[in-house]
Amino acid sequence: MPSDRIPGTPWLIRGAALPDGTRADLVLAEGRIAEIGSGLSRAGATTVDADGLIVLPGLVDLHTHLREPGYEQSETILTGSQAAAVGGFTSVFAMANTSPVQDTAGVVEQVLALGEQAGYVTVQPIGAVTVGLAGDRLAELGAMATSRARVRVFSDDGFCVSDPLLMRRALEYVKAFDGVIAQHAQEPRLTEKAQMNEGALSSELGLTGWPAVAEESIIARDVLLAEHVGSRLHVCHVSTAGSVDVIRWAKARGINVTAEATPHHLLLTEDLVRGYDARFKVNPPLRRREDVEALREGLADGTIDIVATDHAPHPVESKDCEWDAAANGMVGLESALSVVHAAMVESGMLGWSDIARVLSAAPARIGRVTGQGQGIVVGGPAELTLYDPAASRVFGRADLAGKGANSPYLSMTLPGRVLATFHRGYATVLDGALRPAGEIRSEPEDNRG
Amino acid sequence: MKHLLSTKGLGRAEAIGLLDIAEDMADVANREVKKLPTLRGKTVVNLFFEDSTRTRISFEAAAKRLSADVINFSAKGSSVSKGESLKDTAQTLAAMGADGVVIRHPASGAPEVLAASGWIDAGIINAGDGTHEHPTQALLDAFTIRRRLHGTASRGTGLDGVRVTIVGDVLHSRVARSNLWLLTTLGAEVTFVAPPTLLPMDMSGWPAAVGFDLDAAIAAKPDVIMMLRIQAERMNAAFFPNSREYSRRWGLDDVRFARLAPASIVMHPGPMNRGLEISSEAADSAASTVLEQVANGVSVRMAALYLLMSGDREDS
Repeated sequence: MPSDRIPGTPWLIRGAALPDGTRADLVLAEGRIAEIGSGLSRAGATTVDADGLIVLPGLVDLHTHLREPGYEQSETILTGSQAAAVGGFTSVFAMANTSPVQDTAGVVEQVLALGEQAGYVTVQPIGAVTVGLAGDRLAELGAMATSRARVRVFSDDGFCVSDPLLMRRALEYVKAFDGVIAQHAQEPRLTEKAQMNEGALSSELGLTGWPAVAEESIIARDVLLAEHVGSRLHVCHVSTAGSVDVIRWAKARGINVTAEATPHHLLLTEDLVRGYDARFKVNPPLRRREDVEALREGLADGTIDIVATDHAPHPVESKDCEWDAAANGMVGLESALSVVHAAMVESGMLGWSDIARVLSAAPARIGRVTGQGQGIVVGGPAELTLYDPAASRVFGRADLAGKGANSPYLSMTLPGRVLATFHRGYATVLDGALRPAGEIRSEPEDNRG
Repeated sequence: MKHLLSTKGLGRAEAIGLLDIAEDMADVANREVKKLPTLRGKTVVNLFFEDSTRTRISFEAAAKRLSADVINFSAKGSSVSKGESLKDTAQTLAAMGADGVVIRHPASGAPEVLAASGWIDAGIINAGDGTHEHPTQALLDAFTIRRRLHGTASRGTGLDGVRVTIVGDVLHSRVARSNLWLLTTLGAEVTFVAPPTLLPMDMSGWPAAVGFDLDAAIAAKPDVIMMLRIQAERMNAAFFPNSREYSRRWGLDDVRFARLAPASIVMHPGPMNRGLEISSEAADSAASTVLEQVANGVSVRMAALYLLMSGDREDS
């Protein structure tokens, strides 16, 4: 970017391929997409040559762990926002398992404010379902909903709302403000001390199994509860073929359920656990090849609505140890689009307009976040990602912008590369590089946030 | 051999070679001076993150008979939250100049993590990791069977056609896993007998027959019957109703013991729960190899230490 660029001036993006494949120029001005067409020009605009690049609506991640407040050694809202921007995201939903837990209006408003201050993406806080994620009594869901953070997604992620009565009440209660319960489906008794997918490999490796039925039985219960009380349910990180079947059945029955799959569950299998490298320890665990195939089919046929990263940064010492002692989780924001490209586009199961749907429009709709996921339309918010689909790279530590190095893709070859991200009309990533926080802060105040 | 982490990765020739060296080591035990100078000046660390006096003193005796210096490092509670990490412990031992590390750890895979980590450049012997493997136990079991069957003509032989029935808590047993891979590599046929709750969820890839009926297994006249220890904590976790019922259905009691073929071998890795998985009559009989297993354990561990630590270790 020219160093003499005046903050707040327009952008002219030349020759990008829209998700439907047509070529267009775009003008971004005052936080909006001002024009879409061919041969456009705009006085004073900074030009970006997008020849060969795909322009996607800014990506929206419904499932991110930003770790702040409380676990700033793992990630902060600033560093997590930067990881998101590098991955082509313009909005992330911050999971509630912080310390203190995001279970009051005060904490969610603080997270919102820190996100606005960082200015890289829209940070939309998620509220806890139960006080302290303890699964005993409902948190102040209404207070969080009417706070400045306008919380609509509630989740105890990391823990399952396993008490059926509490789950029923939560599902019912959030109808008052069009909320949704995002369930971490894991029957706790069936997964005590669980370390990896239960099956032939766990039997051999001597690692306590995490059986598929522990996920599927909760999803089955929850879709029936959602049907019974007429509520909206979202299922986090679906990981098994059986879960896909249950959700497909529920949707056919007209139950108001949506579901997400993570990039890693769409690409990686449990075979990586052999060797006990804790970078591959995640919850729910990596599953079998058959499960990966079923998730891909589910995403392709709409049973699974979205891809969400479950970005879970951890400090080095939480992974540089024996398997049992290691923390669950993988970072995923920076690699998400490339991984979905490899799993879904290269396999011919999804096109780029589908990618725009599962990584932008649908997650924004499920989470009811404003100013996001509205597609590439004149007058719409200038939330865009420029992606080079022809690129290929050996993914390395330098590709990670957050604090966590716990990526399962290090030293793997991944397709594609995010070259620019625009949020509220200004660039957060340009020429494949993150713009420094100081430059982001100099962007017009009313555009930031 | 660079490390001894599992029996799954052990080839037949390699395994027989180790057992043959153990025969030589056993001969040493019968001499007046029970000591070889082989590992003089080398340091073996017994790194035990889990209590096991038997296994530790067996390795200690083995190392001392080879003239190695032995350091016993008891480090219960391994996770980062409980104190020093495996990484820091390993780097500490490396700084002290350990040439060989014998590690017992409650987490499956910990020896493999240690061997692959680069934290320490010593030969690693897995002395039992979680519910994964316990390779020297399997080697001493194979050694014991071979000696019972072939006596002084054991050298060079495998266990072809020997029928071994392993009874008990296979799910949580690293002994069962290591024996499965080693015994089948040596040509034996392995049958597991256990309550369905104490079998791994998917054994489809295991070269073993599986049954729930101990009486049927005994009627098939196995050459070897190996009884696994039932841990007290299993009884409180709904794996079976109570110890009496377990003993009635899966214990080697006097009646079942009497039905075994006269030449059958009765094994137990110890420590035994007498009256639960094995009766005193069976444990103390001539068919029992329980004490031979203990003696042979030292010979086999001497062989393993010798292979890992004498001369230049080969890269595997």
